[in-house]
Amino acid sequence: MKTVTLTIDGRAVQAREGEKLLRVALENGIYIPNLCAIPGVKHPAAACRLCFVEIEGYPRPVTACTEPVVEGMVVSTRSPRVDRLVSTAFELLLSNHRLDCATCPRNRSCELQRIARERRFPLRVKRLRKLERNLPLDDSSPVLRYDPNRCVLCGRCVWVCREKGTGVLGFAGRGFERKVTTFGDVPLGQSGCNGCGECTRVCPVGALTGKEV
Amino acid sequence: MHLTEEEKKVALEQTGNILESYSRERGNLIPILQQVQEKLGYVPLVAMEEVARHLGMPPVDVYSVATFYNQFRLIPPGKHQIKVCMGTACHMKGGNIILDCWKRRLSIDVNQVTPDREFSLERVACVGCCTMAPVTVIDEEVHGRVTPTRVDGLLFSFGVKIPKGQQKEGEAIGRE
Repeated sequence: MKTVTLTIDGRAVQAREGEKLLRVALENGIYIPNLCAIPGVKHPAAACRLCFVEIEGYPRPVTACTEPVVEGMVVSTRSPRVDRLVSTAFELLLSNHRLDCATCPRNRSCELQRIARERRFPLRVKRLRKLERNLPLDDSSPVLRYDPNRCVLCGRCVWVCREKGTGVLGFAGRGFERKVTTFGDVPLGQSGCNGCGECTRVCPVGALTGKEV
Repeated sequence: MHLTEEEKKVALEQTGNILESYSRERGNLIPILQQVQEKLGYVPLVAMEEVARHLGMPPVDVYSVATFYNQFRLIPPGKHQIKVCMGTACHMKGGNIILDCWKRRLSIDVNQVTPDREFSLERVACVGCCTMAPVTVIDEEVHGRVTPTRVDGLLFSFGVKIPKGQQKEGEAIGRE
């Protein structure tokens, strides 16, 4: 495999050709906000719109998770255009995410909190109206707790459930109604979920969490 | 929504017949679901499971597609189908108030059917009668300039009586 050299934020970085820019940056300790990117997936969904970067010679910012690295690429992870795109995407995510960090099991280990800290975004909705979905909490599984109100629809749990679990999780509905759920919308406890808990490990927020036994 | 054993049997039989003429490619998913809906009038969960098995995909993926598109209904239609127009003109003329009115009187939500299977409620985009806004279509028959009183009147014409005293409070009604 050919090795290429590129520049990210003024730092020369070596990487295998064709690898995704987001991976390369993260492996080299350069943080780019991301939620939906899953290592090893060939066609990233690029759905969270948080990993925008600016590349020299490109007319507009691109998502780092879909961009393969090429020789001599000059990347900057911060620019006024990038910051604007990312902060808007982040605020949109927060606008229907239940923001009660104090009672959330993922408080301090939450990916949203990390993004807010790294990019100095406020953890509240300023410009947009808060739209709470008020969906019921699914407490039916003996080992998992699922709070759809905290879900950011990144799809990591759906993917990992296919890879390592029983494949009961999936997306349903459209638009505002979209949610991660099971076949026929049945509670996790009756869905054939074997409680492996892989989804709780990949969930970036407090939507899928394990129960303290 | 609970289906009777008979309904499940019919659904499985029909789905099986439809699946016979389709290969096991994932691209056939939507045509199959459309066929099922055409035959049964809706796409029940048992049929989805059958389709998933045929195409070799997780059932939740079939559910995902069926809930994504408006064209698929997951529950059997009621004897009378009530469609409330939510087009621009109807919206401006208070279509949402009329929809709320139906919801309250039938005590069901949109895309549901009453427990006795008499009425099902849907919201639709423009039905092309904007001058008569707000419009409700019941079994192909268009009713224009609907008011909350008119909703009660229409229900009355189907033999549903609204007990006295509940008309104002807008409580759910009991049907025989």
